Amino acid sequence: MSDTQQPNSQNPTRREFLSTTGTTAAATLIAAYVPLPAHASEEAVNNQPIIDGAVPITLRINGKERQLRIDPRTTLLDCIRESVLLSGTKKGCDHGQCGACTVHVNGRRVVSCLSLALMHDGEEVTTIEGLGTTESMHPMQAAFLECDGYQCGYCTSGQIMSAVALLKEPCGPDDASVKELMSGNICRCGAYANIVEAIQQVRKRA
Amino acid sequence: MHSFEFTRPENAATAVNMAAQAKTSQQGADIRFVAGGTTLIDLMKLDVETPARLLDINRLPFDKIEQLPDGGLKIGATVRNSDLANHARVQRDYSVLSQAILAGASAQLRNMATTAGNLLQRTRCMYFRDTATPCNKREPGTGCPAITGSNRTLAVLGTSDQCIATNPSDMCVAMAALEATIHVQGPKGERAIAFGDFHLLPGTTPHRETVLEPGDLITHVTLPPPRAGSRQVYIKLRDRASYEFALASAAVVMNQTGRNVSYVRIALGGVGTKPWRSPEAEAVLAGKPANAANFRQAAEAALRNAKPQSENKFKIELAKRCLTHALQTAANG
Repeated sequence: MSDTQQPNSQNPTRREFLSTTGTTAAATLIAAYVPLPAHASEEAVNNQPIIDGAVPITLRINGKERQLRIDPRTTLLDCIRESVLLSGTKKGCDHGQCGACTVHVNGRRVVSCLSLALMHDGEEVTTIEGLGTTESMHPMQAAFLECDGYQCGYCTSGQIMSAVALLKEPCGPDDASVKELMSGNICRCGAYANIVEAIQQVRKRA
Repeated sequence: MHSFEFTRPENAATAVNMAAQAKTSQQGADIRFVAGGTTLIDLMKLDVETPARLLDINRLPFDKIEQLPDGGLKIGATVRNSDLANHARVQRDYSVLSQAILAGASAQLRNMATTAGNLLQRTRCMYFRDTATPCNKREPGTGCPAITGSNRTLAVLGTSDQCIATNPSDMCVAMAALEATIHVQGPKGERAIAFGDFHLLPGTTPHRETVLEPGDLITHVTLPPPRAGSRQVYIKLRDRASYEFALASAAVVMNQTGRNVSYVRIALGGVGTKPWRSPEAEAVLAGKPANAANFRQAAEAALRNAKPQSENKFKIELAKRCLTHALQTAANG
């Protein structure tokens, strides 16, 4: 795998670097699992080898229709990360307890690890990649930056997806109400105070 | 996760016929309905549930909350917990239900979890969730390590020498106090089950958690017409302030005539093997003055038959104070 994979070796991104080095070590352990390179094109995704028992599914992710073939066991989280190759959504506990995998389905926040992708056939999914871009951030992304609402960053995309959904949910004006509605997103670094500040900043400016 | 066949039955009758081929009923069965998935997918990842077939009922027409001609409320099986909790009529007329649901899980999980799924929510007992250990609920006859092991969060009411697993639901506690009715479509037709008859005590068959039979599909829950002027309170005590299961909780629906209690329904959560309605506590208060001494007596009656395990004796006093506080809060209006 690493022989054929050609990441940009002049200026490898962190993700390409991890993908390449990780593949070498993992290949001998899990021969059956063939991860696609991080920069794989969409065509390559759609041409994935068909796994036994794979079934077709159509998801509209960040406004773009994706036709995939997946194992029925694939969670929405794994589908987003491994089939669609959008790695902004993170896998934390994988049991619905940490919120790192929070995405929006039909405009509502859910934990993507406790849902099968097949249950969302034809539905609209928004991930952190669909919120904004580096050049044009969603106000919540900008507020997290401004308020330093993160440390290691692993929970951040889930925090932001929850925070954006919260803006449309019934929520009292005080910090305590925000904390209550954000309790499904755990931050091991403990950036909570700044996260609440970022959310309140966006709410006050709205 | 074990492999399974995923099907989306096009109507309720097909769903019922497909599920009727299962050897046992819903929980732990080889054919399972799936809606929110928050319990089932979690347990499938742990190999605690290993269905060969999943029937996705999310697109069946059970996602409405409707007013009934008698003034009651009809809540569809797949109504999401967040929609139920934030529904204007529920907040106005059945606020104990709204309070209970909002005290449970996280905003994301409440957006996924459904009415029927919450009725079938399974215990958080660590031995049940760990296939490396015996568990009479998961594998009948293998034993209950919780009785001699880690049981701090487990039940003190309704236990047996085979199982002391707590029912984890908040929604169910409120529904018990509201005297809800569960409506089922099964291979033999439709039937209505009083809330108190729906969940089973573990006894010698802890693997059987409800009266559902193979093929039975919960279609909706109905609530009786609201009690005019009733005060409704849900108090939940837990190890942290949010996003945690109850150590003890109490749902109270109470009317007063002057100083006296004219109507009261009481249910406890976090302490029972099923959502724990307490007719004993209700009997203590019926027609009596709504005061601290009587509230305490009611709480004593509710926990009279409590049986502590090695680590959870504290729950008995905690539940009493929880109920006393809920009653006092209701009385204060």
